[in-house]
Amino acid sequence: MRPYLCILGARFRVQLQYRAAALAGTLTQLFWGLIRVMIFDGFYRSSTAVHPISLAQVVSYVWLSQAAFGMLPDRVEPELRDMIRTGNVTSELLRPIDLYWSWFCRCLAMTLIPTLMRSGPLLAVAFAFLELQTPPGAASVLAAAAAFAGGMLVSSAITALLSIGLFWTVSGDGLTRLSVAAAYLFSGMVLPIPLLPEALQRAAALLPYRYVLDVPMRLYLGHIPASEAPMHLAAQLAWLLVLVAAGRGVLSRGLGRLVVQGG
Amino acid sequence: MRDAFTLYLRYAAISIRSQLEYRASCAMFAAASFVISAIDFCALWALFRRFGSLQGWKLQEVALLYGMVNVSFALAEGFARGFDSFETMVRNGGFDRLLVRPRSTALQVAGQELQLMRVGRLAQGALVLFWAAGELDVHWSVARLALVAAAVVSGACLFAGLFVLQATLAFWTTSTLEIVNTVTYGGVETAQYPLDVYRPWFRAFFTFVVPLACVNYLPAHALLGRGGVFGAPAWLNWIAPAMGPAFLAAALGVWQMGVRRYCSTGS
Amino acid sequence: MAAIVRVENLLKTFRIAERRPGLWGAVAGLVHRRHREVRAVDGISFELGPGELVGYIGPNGAGKSTTVKILSGILVPDSGLCEVLGRVPWKQRVETVARIGVVFGQRTQLWWDLPVRESFELLRDIYRIEPGAYRAKSDELIAMLGLERLLDVPVRQLSLGQRMRCDLAAALLHSPELLFLDEPTIGLDAVSKLAVRDFIRRLNRERGASVILTTHDLDDIEALCTRVLVIADGRILCDGPLSDLRARAGSRRSLTVDLVDPAAIVDCPEAEIVSRDGQRVQLCFDPTRVKTADLIGRFVARHPVRDLFVENPPIEELVAELYQDARREPPDLP
Repeated sequence: MRPYLCILGARFRVQLQYRAAALAGTLTQLFWGLIRVMIFDGFYRSSTAVHPISLAQVVSYVWLSQAAFGMLPDRVEPELRDMIRTGNVTSELLRPIDLYWSWFCRCLAMTLIPTLMRSGPLLAVAFAFLELQTPPGAASVLAAAAAFAGGMLVSSAITALLSIGLFWTVSGDGLTRLSVAAAYLFSGMVLPIPLLPEALQRAAALLPYRYVLDVPMRLYLGHIPASEAPMHLAAQLAWLLVLVAAGRGVLSRGLGRLVVQGG
Repeated sequence: MRDAFTLYLRYAAISIRSQLEYRASCAMFAAASFVISAIDFCALWALFRRFGSLQGWKLQEVALLYGMVNVSFALAEGFARGFDSFETMVRNGGFDRLLVRPRSTALQVAGQELQLMRVGRLAQGALVLFWAAGELDVHWSVARLALVAAAVVSGACLFAGLFVLQATLAFWTTSTLEIVNTVTYGGVETAQYPLDVYRPWFRAFFTFVVPLACVNYLPAHALLGRGGVFGAPAWLNWIAPAMGPAFLAAALGVWQMGVRRYCSTGS
Repeated sequence: MAAIVRVENLLKTFRIAERRPGLWGAVAGLVHRRHREVRAVDGISFELGPGELVGYIGPNGAGKSTTVKILSGILVPDSGLCEVLGRVPWKQRVETVARIGVVFGQRTQLWWDLPVRESFELLRDIYRIEPGAYRAKSDELIAMLGLERLLDVPVRQLSLGQRMRCDLAAALLHSPELLFLDEPTIGLDAVSKLAVRDFIRRLNRERGASVILTTHDLDDIEALCTRVLVIADGRILCDGPLSDLRARAGSRRSLTVDLVDPAAIVDCPEAEIVSRDGQRVQLCFDPTRVKTADLIGRFVARHPVRDLFVENPPIEELVAELYQDARREPPDLP
């Protein structure tokens, strides 16, 4: 376990140097959140029907998603990409640790640390001035905490899988882009999942992305009652296992390619 | 001027040929750009399906706004991308290389990169624009078509101006660039919806500070036969697109200041 | 004839923001920044006549590239006079740079993904070269540098040496009257280095091009330059022919002797023994105090010798000494 913690620690110190970037990132999220809240507000005021999620909940959903924006698996790990492109992977192979888990830790650090740095101030502002709700009860708090942690792991597993996919240059690139597009739509980043049309909601249910943001956020809001949390957490765990297994499988195939191409 | 235009075309041709060296990934990028911008429209469509209308605007009307701003932005991204990656150029000294050539710096920076992959967003925006134009109950006279073209080009100038401003900031600092980026991308998001939905301060910002409304919302009002905006006379809607080129000109003025500063500090 | 470059008392100071450590320092830095002034160029004067090839050398951070940047219109100095081809470069940047050529050894000016030929054609349009003149000049350069086979190769596939030859051609397409070469041989293999040097020499001797060559490779200087400018801490330490530099740096020569008897005890009061490795003895002496011929004569009389040779100290050592002397001088201001 120790080497992996060291990887996380080192990454944390590197990221801490980018405090100015973190501040700019927080302001960006705030600005985007304001735009999105105003648009949703406009739509809700234009219609008197009852909708599957209330405006107050949507507003909170928006602020949570802006705060957790960094959790979205929307890019590959840049150092892994360079390493694979330049063939420097071989030097990673010399280290006496499991390659997949060390890469997973890099991906986790890439998502976890900026999210922690950026979300705090944003959540504080949103609570104080922008009508971010508190969870309905202690059970929801616990369920959301577990689901956010799980979401972070699912996100990192997706990032790791995509990064490893770069062993196949062109198709890996295409896959990444498709996945990023899907991540935006099906994690709830663009629209809260309950507002999507039926067909898209069904598609979202079949994909892992909603377990990154949508499910944790709705558990927080109580839109998914805490009593249903175990079922969702189990599904999240299942996805995590599937993604890790896929990542490990693809990695060993990719390393095989590396040896065949040789040099 | 004509000379400069010819040189820009040469840059464009050469840039396109370089990208064709990597045909597969170029096509992939373009497709991805199409899909990602299509997701935005998908969201817009989903919202209208559920809510019916937005503050008195129909889907087709909002699609007009959406199409215009996306075509504008794709054009700006395609043609002025060199400014977007300018920060790297300052850091690695590439800008010195441009200064020892006997041409305007802005022209050379703009010519650095013309991104083919932006056709993805361009195509998507154009599709939505054509669909909206066909669906809307508007008589497409020559004057109205000219206004659409003017608004789109003017919008491209405005976004190009924002790219220039962002690049200019790189002469002073590297840590605040993301803020301009936010205004640029946030502006695209904002302009996809009618300005009526936003708070007054926000509307004022995108009308008077960054005159995005003048190249999108106001001309759309004119096209749809809606009246003046914010109590202004309706004819203003027709000339508002002039603000786009004006914004670009102002941005280029600031750019010149930045270049002068670069030459006296060397950093 | 009028000077190609005239520089008088050039001064350039940079303000460098000092970062204070820690989080509090970063916050305080937003409000008030402390600056440190660094004088990169501190009163430099020199002239360059037509057809001169001058080597411009100095340690990293001495002010070499700042000077070159001022001369090529990239930087504006704080004060001082500077004329390049009769113009003030930073006031008439476009007019000046149209008549100079610049090669940055570490960065190519060619377009990475395109065949060399297309880069040349784009430069033709940037510099507004007449088609007839372009054809004649490019044919000439292609022949001189042997680029025929490289023209249709994308730049990214060229070796460093091939790329440098193409870069040289690219910088000369518009027939500049003055050429700045910034470390043109950096990282090149021996064969490419010789080819580049040979080309620069021909350009200067046959075509009469004026060249300012900055380099860390003193073999370049030895092979090419009749005149050397040595700069350290923003000031010119030495300006003159290579022989002056040797004289300035103090005259020391080394004598290497292979003895017949590896165990012999060496006795030589006229010179200093630098090293001893079996048969081989390295001695150092001052030719102004003892004539080389006398020293050898006396040495051979005392010890049986198998072989010996005398060398000038390598130019690196001379320059290093100059730099060190400059550092030792007390600064003018406290």
